[in-house]
Order: sequence, then C-alpha cells, then structure tokens
Amino acid sequence: MLRLCTDSVTPPPLRLAGILLLSACILYPVPRVVAQETPLLSGGVGFFARSNGGDSTFVPVISPLLAAPLGNSFLIESRATILESFFPKGGGQSGYDHTHFSGAEFMQLDYLATSHVTIVGGLFLTPFGTYNERLSPIWIGNFQDGPIILPIGTGTGSGLGGMVRGSAISTESYSVAYAAYFSANSTNENFPATRSTGGRVQVYFPKLRLEFGASYTRSLAAVETNSSGFDVWWEPPHSELKVRSEYAHSTHAQGYWIEMDYRLSRFGGPESVIGRVEPLFRLQQFFRNSADPTDGMPATDTNVAEFGLDYRLPHEVRILTSYGRQFTPPGDSNIWRAGIVYRFLFPAWKGKS
Amino acid sequence: MKKRSLSRLRGVLALSISWMAWGWGGSGLAQSPSPQPVKKATIQNSQAGDGAKKFDENCSRCHAAPEGFSPRISGTIVRHMRVRASLSKKDTEAILKFLNP
Repeated sequence: MLRLCTDSVTPPPLRLAGILLLSACILYPVPRVVAQETPLLSGGVGFFARSNGGDSTFVPVISPLLAAPLGNSFLIESRATILESFFPKGGGQSGYDHTHFSGAEFMQLDYLATSHVTIVGGLFLTPFGTYNERLSPIWIGNFQDGPIILPIGTGTGSGLGGMVRGSAISTESYSVAYAAYFSANSTNENFPATRSTGGRVQVYFPKLRLEFGASYTRSLAAVETNSSGFDVWWEPPHSELKVRSEYAHSTHAQGYWIEMDYRLSRFGGPESVIGRVEPLFRLQQFFRNSADPTDGMPATDTNVAEFGLDYRLPHEVRILTSYGRQFTPPGDSNIWRAGIVYRFLFPAWKGKS
Repeated sequence: MKKRSLSRLRGVLALSISWMAWGWGGSGLAQSPSPQPVKKATIQNSQAGDGAKKFDENCSRCHAAPEGFSPRISGTIVRHMRVRASLSKKDTEAILKFLNP
C-alpha cells in the first residue's frame, strides 16, 4: 500500500486515496479506553466437598453480585447466596438427603455524600471484625468455611437499617476508616437481622503494611448483650506473606483465629505453575463461657489447626483444599475440604457511546 | 492501457478499503466502543503513579486482582470498592486513573 504513494506513475487521485487509507489505518488503530460506570454482574460459582469426622457433605453454590451506579452519587449493590447441601441419610439408610438455602447477604443503596462520608440504607453486611465484610465472598476467602467466632458481633451476618461509613483521613503514612450502624429486627427468612447497633474503626499504616481494627456491637434484643473485637492484619512489605488475625468476645463465648498465606510468586512469577500455589495455615481457639444454643457456635471449647493448599488456575478458577484437626472435649476429628470456585465479572448492560 | 487499468483498479481498491475503514470506525463511534479490556498484567506490572500504590495498598490487601475486565465497568468497580474498602474520593479517583490511564 505504501508503494502506491511512492509510485511515480500513480496519478494524483490515486495517491490521495493511498494517503487516505494510510491515514485511516494510523488514526483508527484501537478504540480509546474510556472508564464507564455500566452496571456489572460479578460473583462466584463453586462446588465444595467436606468431610468432618467421616460425615461427607457436597455443596454446589452460586453467589452473584450486582452493582449498579445511579447518577454520580448513588450505587445499588446486592449479593446473594444460593446453595444446595447434599449429605448422607442417617439411621442406616442409603442415599443422600439435601437441604436448600437462598438468601441475600446485602441489598443496599449507597449515597456518596462527601469525600469521607457514605450513607448506606437497606440490608448490609454487619461491620464487625474483618471476615464478614472482606473475606466472606466465596471467590475471596482462602478456606471454605469462616472462622468459628464469625457469629460474634455479626449475628446473622447482616443488618437491616442504616449505616454511615467512610475514610476519616488518608495520608501517605496512615489512614483511618470508620463505620457505624443501626439495625432493626427482621424475622424474614431472606432478610434476617437482629436489632442492634455498633461500629468499627481501623487504622492502616501503608509503609508497614500493618492494620489495627476494633469493633463493637450492642445487641438490642430482649436480653441486651455486648460484643467487642480486635483485629490485626500484616503484609510484610515486598513479600507475598499475609498474616490476618482476629479476636472477638461476647457474653457467652470468645475466641480468636490467625491465618497465614504465602503465594509462591517468587518461583517464576505469579502466573507460573509454582507461582500459582498458595500454602495456607489457620489456627483457631474457641472458648465457651456459658451455654447459648442460638448463637451458632460450638457448645464446647474447640481448637482447630488447618493446613491448606490453594491453586489459582487461569481464567479466574481457584482450587481450594485443606486438612484440619479439630480438638474438642468429647473427641477429636479430622476435617477434609476440597472445592473449586470460578469467579465471573462482566458488564450487565451495554456501554455508553 | 493495461497499466492504466491496473492503476485505476488499485485506486478503487484503496478507496474501498479507506471507506470501509472509515465506516467501521464511524459505526464504532456511533454505537458502543469495544475497547481493550483492563488486563491483570497492566495492573501488576505498572508501578508508576499514586493509583498503582493505592490499588496495591487497598484492593490487594483482601483479594487478588481480577485477570481482566472491560473498561465499561471500571468506574462501577471503583465505586463499589470505595464503599467496600472505605476509600476516600481522592484515593478512588487515583485508582480509577490507574485502571484507565
């Protein structure tokens, strides 16, 4: 084509055509990348297998997330979980039985009021500790199950009411984030919540990659109770090691967990065969202060040590495996888990012109 | 004569391709563009700028960067993360600029 422009015998109109063609090719190589705020659909699809003391459970699960901006200051967000649990029939019967669960974890309207204040209304994840808000999505958490102390301070996991949250201050040396909420009582099967109030404050030091957080919840049910918790996260700079820990205390129980993961990225990079491997370790100690059959936690003191090995396959697929040993006064048991999760993320609507 | 016909043919061909290229671009602009997705490699390799630092400090603390996504939703992702991770407006804008330079 370039020869067309330099050919001495080519008449002027053809030369012009060649220039036009060349210009078109140069000026229109790739459409310009422009950030847009199209609604998105994200989430995870997974299949989990568990064996606790010989009892096997198989759980196919899907957890979709929708985020849709409205104007410049609003955002609608929702995440739900739909799963089916298959487990062996008891009483000497052969075959499997199953239970179904579906429910919304959050369904909220966010108003970005100022640079440092966001007002949230609707069903939201209770801002207590770190696990519930950050690590509970199946495409994020390193282990299949949450920690034993997860119900402390979070109750059903969600609150129904209003919340104020945001970044109080953010500098090069540190940042402070906060959240305060009030939740009404809800007995609806799909939107369960308990009447409570509470909040959370966290301080993060980016140079040290160190974070401290404190949480507090006051349950305003018939019997009012307090829950408090502290958490420390640390990611040593220039390292793939992540250390996460949390302690929580309530009237009936208390406990802590420490989780460590180290992705082997230094062996050929994060996309190499070895670099996709992620060894894990989690230690949990749970102490029962007094009986409460409704709080969703073990009836006796429980200690669990878990070793895991996750593998990040290409195309957002992750394999999760772990072995744990559970120590309880009635007896010890082995916990085996294996699962696969696919994370999806795509626009839910056409883009703007 | 034959040479002149060949030149004319070349001209028609060049014009056709030019028109097609222009029309293609025109229709792309008139409808929704199909820009290149934001790739994980871009997120991981680029260490320049405040946005990269903010992304690393805030987003990577909880989860690995997605392998890639359409720029059509990058604004939505960042707004979602502003609420989830309690980011300030300034940090949010820096991350958005980093994802869509």
